[in-house]
Amino acid sequence: MTVQMEGEGRANGEGQLKERGPLKDRVRLKVVVLLGVLIVLGLAGVVSFHASGSPDGLERVAEDHGFGHTAEDSATGDSPLADYATRGVDNPRLSGGIAGVAGVVVVLGLGTGIAYALRRRARDRRESAD
Amino acid sequence: MHVPDGFLDAPTSVATGVAATAVVGLALRGARRELDDRTAPLTGLVAAFVFAVQMLNFPVGAGTSGHLLGGALAAVLLGPWTAILCMTVVLLVQALFFADGGITALGTNVTLMGIVTVVVGWAVFRLVLRFLPKRPSSAVPAAFAAALLSVPASALSFVALYVVGGTADIPLAPLTVAMLGWHVLIGLGEAVITALTVGSVIAVRPDLVHGARPLLAARDLTIRQSPVASKEAAS
Repeated sequence: MTVQMEGEGRANGEGQLKERGPLKDRVRLKVVVLLGVLIVLGLAGVVSFHASGSPDGLERVAEDHGFGHTAEDSATGDSPLADYATRGVDNPRLSGGIAGVAGVVVVLGLGTGIAYALRRRARDRRESAD
Repeated sequence: MHVPDGFLDAPTSVATGVAATAVVGLALRGARRELDDRTAPLTGLVAAFVFAVQMLNFPVGAGTSGHLLGGALAAVLLGPWTAILCMTVVLLVQALFFADGGITALGTNVTLMGIVTVVVGWAVFRLVLRFLPKRPSSAVPAAFAAALLSVPASALSFVALYVVGGTADIPLAPLTVAMLGWHVLIGLGEAVITALTVGSVIAVRPDLVHGARPLLAARDLTIRQSPVASKEAAS
């Protein structure tokens, strides 16, 4: 009986914390996330144009050591966003920017979706265990 | 660092695919414990940040460039299991839509950039924290060291895979030296970007950095405990 009451007390406390305690925090968290999304969009959409076009470390080593030619074209090489360029958009700044923003949107959506799906499942499991 | 199709033979690619799938499966379970009110809204953002910054190749000299891998950064910000999921999402989207990294090499790329960097980065981060004062700002140098070592670790793992299943016969010693050499330089860039990012979040909201939470714990506990304690005292 005592054990049960303790359990209830803790559950109530937790519920209260979620509703009342971090409310101020959560508003600020929204601001942090919004600011973060804007920064990420700027990086992928605008700053990416100024990235170095030189081969990366692995490409360089593959060239220098004679196995660069073993690389095969990707099966997704005809994707409309292949190589971070948007097919049909001639302006390189725009072409790369659109591709970058599209990628950010897809990754943001997938990452957020998975996180909330897992959290929901964890909560359901905890509730069914109670 | 994205491995294209053709560098590794089919058995090796299948093996890394199986290994990556198993670890991602574990991460799907492990991440449930890490995801809370703070990390869940940040997961998509961190994945998107890694995607965006991976587009920003920086020169490391002699006509060669590198970009952030992001595994250590994601591990420090979100925790290792969630970080593996983030990196997998990024690498999957890159392979499917951007032809960056091969399709048959997806398991290899998830292993090298999504798992090795996270595991090594998280281990180094935790180790370095032990030797630093218990305050949130210690997460910055620890993240620097984690990122710095995660890149050469990933490069060495590529060499190991190449020894087992490379499609060309390349002498091991020069391959190792070249991969390490370039990726130590890229690791420095990784370390700077990671430290700046972790430092910025620490400055705004240290409680949003998963790896810095133990450093806040003592202060946090007293605040969070009080409503529960008073409730229990009342009943």
